[in-house]
Amino acid sequence: MAKQPAAVVGIGQTHHRAKREDVSMAGLCREAIDRALLDAGMTLDDIDAIVVGKAPDLFEGVMMPELFLAESLGAAGKPLLRVHTAGSVGGSTAIVASSLVQAGVHKRVLTVAYEKQSESNAMWALSVPVPFNMPVHAGAGGYFAPHVRSYIRRSGAPTHIGAIVAAKDRNNALRNPYAHLHNEGTTVESVLASQMLWDPIRYDETCPSSDGACALVIVDEDTAKASPNPAWIHGTVMRSEATSAAERDQVNPQASRDAAAALWKQAGITSPIDEIDAAEIYVPFSWFEPMWLESLGFADANGGGWRLTESGGTAMDGKIPVNCSGGVLSSNPIGASGMLRFGEAALQVRGAAGEHQVDGARKALGHAYGGGSQFFAMWVVGADKPTN
Amino acid sequence: MRDVAVVGFAQRQMEEFDGSPTCVELLVPLFEECYEQTGWTRKDVGFWCSGSSDYLAGRSFSFVQAVDAIGVIPPVNESHVEMDLAWALYEAWLKIQTGEVDTALVYAFGKSSAGVLRRTLALQLEPYTMTPLWPDTVSLAGLQARVGLDAGAWDERAMAEVVNRSLTAAEKNEYAVRKGGSSVEELLARPLYADPLRKHDCAPVTDGAAAIVLAAGDKAREVCDRPAWISGLAHYVDPMSMGTRDLTRSPSAERAAAAAGTAGVEVAELHAPFSHQELILRRELGLGDDVAINPSGGALSGNPMFSAGGIRIGEAAKKIWSGEAGRTLGHATSGPALQQNLVCVLDAEQKGA
Repeated sequence: MAKQPAAVVGIGQTHHRAKREDVSMAGLCREAIDRALLDAGMTLDDIDAIVVGKAPDLFEGVMMPELFLAESLGAAGKPLLRVHTAGSVGGSTAIVASSLVQAGVHKRVLTVAYEKQSESNAMWALSVPVPFNMPVHAGAGGYFAPHVRSYIRRSGAPTHIGAIVAAKDRNNALRNPYAHLHNEGTTVESVLASQMLWDPIRYDETCPSSDGACALVIVDEDTAKASPNPAWIHGTVMRSEATSAAERDQVNPQASRDAAAALWKQAGITSPIDEIDAAEIYVPFSWFEPMWLESLGFADANGGGWRLTESGGTAMDGKIPVNCSGGVLSSNPIGASGMLRFGEAALQVRGAAGEHQVDGARKALGHAYGGGSQFFAMWVVGADKPTN
Repeated sequence: MRDVAVVGFAQRQMEEFDGSPTCVELLVPLFEECYEQTGWTRKDVGFWCSGSSDYLAGRSFSFVQAVDAIGVIPPVNESHVEMDLAWALYEAWLKIQTGEVDTALVYAFGKSSAGVLRRTLALQLEPYTMTPLWPDTVSLAGLQARVGLDAGAWDERAMAEVVNRSLTAAEKNEYAVRKGGSSVEELLARPLYADPLRKHDCAPVTDGAAAIVLAAGDKAREVCDRPAWISGLAHYVDPMSMGTRDLTRSPSAERAAAAAGTAGVEVAELHAPFSHQELILRRELGLGDDVAINPSGGALSGNPMFSAGGIRIGEAAKKIWSGEAGRTLGHATSGPALQQNLVCVLDAEQKGA
């Protein structure tokens, strides 16, 4: 049996902020859900099932919060699933929601991913000392900085490449009214002048800690006919690899390369850089743009990534515009960040991205990763119904 | 819909696991048992999905190390739910239904003894008005039992009968952590623990893990003489608010049973962590007196968090494999007072696509 076609017909997100003290967790989710339903021209009554995603429960201090949220999310009396796959969770959640439609089980599925990080301190929630385990002190930045150093060494990248990414994404965010950071006047020079946090990662090269949510309405082919601009799902993929295998390449993980290969094959794409019109790639620290460009096959794995970034190829008007929304570097409600990437990719192919729209975008990539660069979730969406 | 069957099952249940707070060490031998049952290696598994809880493990990303137990080079197609094994099975069943894969191995783990379980579970409640009062699981179940007693929906004797039958059946279950039947009179003579509940009305705090193997069509028939075909699989959730729902009922359980189709079920494994909850579930699932309930002893004999629901499906599958029954049912619950419920109906006969 083949997969049933599925499409995104509703996308909603919150205004992401450091602290959304004006809303509860339920209110935060509803802000995104209500916008997605409005976009889809639906109400909660039209929804068959709900899939919730978020990163660790310790971030808000509630165990399995979807249970108390069930009623306010409109899930009472419906099937409710809760996905948690580390930082990739927003993407994985969208994929699980898609599979409910692709499996032919449901016709209209609502999915929401959120994080209300101001309820606790995410950096330290990630750094709980665990007996007999290597400590992850000082959060994700401290964990990933050695990977970035290794990339620089391997690829011979000039040290200002990260700053190019940060300046680009922060300026892109100025065109996105929902973005957390609206830092006017960010330049490569200003990024390079910012405080060094985890060498070589400077303050302006790191993602913020945000409160925010993203919701998608994913429907079957019949329901999608009512939408003027459905974003058809051309391929989805999830891959995971172990944390502690000594042979792991943490700079360019096999799970990432395998996932990309499987995704491009599913979506019938042979040359990503020529066939993908916009990419929303999970870049929590600036250097991950060139790293993932290589791993995903947009550039050769011998420094092609940083060369593409340096040439301006990933800017709004470049060959492969990356993170036109401002990306994770401008908004990072962790659990929602992956779904924001998936949703922003869908906005592009629906021609609904507003001021950060890439002209004529027909196919886009949504990408998320998590853990110690070991969990990957990706999808390709297109303006046209897939033929494969 | 594709025909998908349960073709492998392995479990561990114990009072106190002498090992890491995540129990992931238990997974390696469980996977080994699944490979033995199917003749597969991990490369034959198309999709992996696990269920666990960070709060139970007392740390973020507790499932991450479980992936190491798979031995993951090369990488795997894998997902995780912050839910019981039964819902991990649901996600894997979906994945098979999309046609992307033909086989899946789902697993779950949890070390309830690492903290004070009834208090940990209080963190599941509505955080703004309920959790600050720290109403623990046993007390909430006690309130539910009291509501039913006062309403005449059940009596203490019916609760004791559930316990006596469960603990008697558990004598034949090597994994049971509480076992040994008695008599209704003797059980009722024991002291109250959380009025109106006695200790034996409450599932024992249990550590453990479990794994289930799913396969579609020919793949299932290749590895299993009598595959347990999934003929119905559905789950629903109710609002949490304890003050606004009728605690003597479980609408989500009723709805899941109706969607899965429970007619003709001969054996039902119900995930009822408290004796009176079995009485609610039997009503909601429409199970008559002719249905054998919890031949494994059920959750009252062992309730490893995050795998106990899935274990019910595994136990139900074993009855199909052995030829003891033609149609069985596995049920899982989550949340306070039967808030969320899943029903899986298994058949010896393949429905045919």
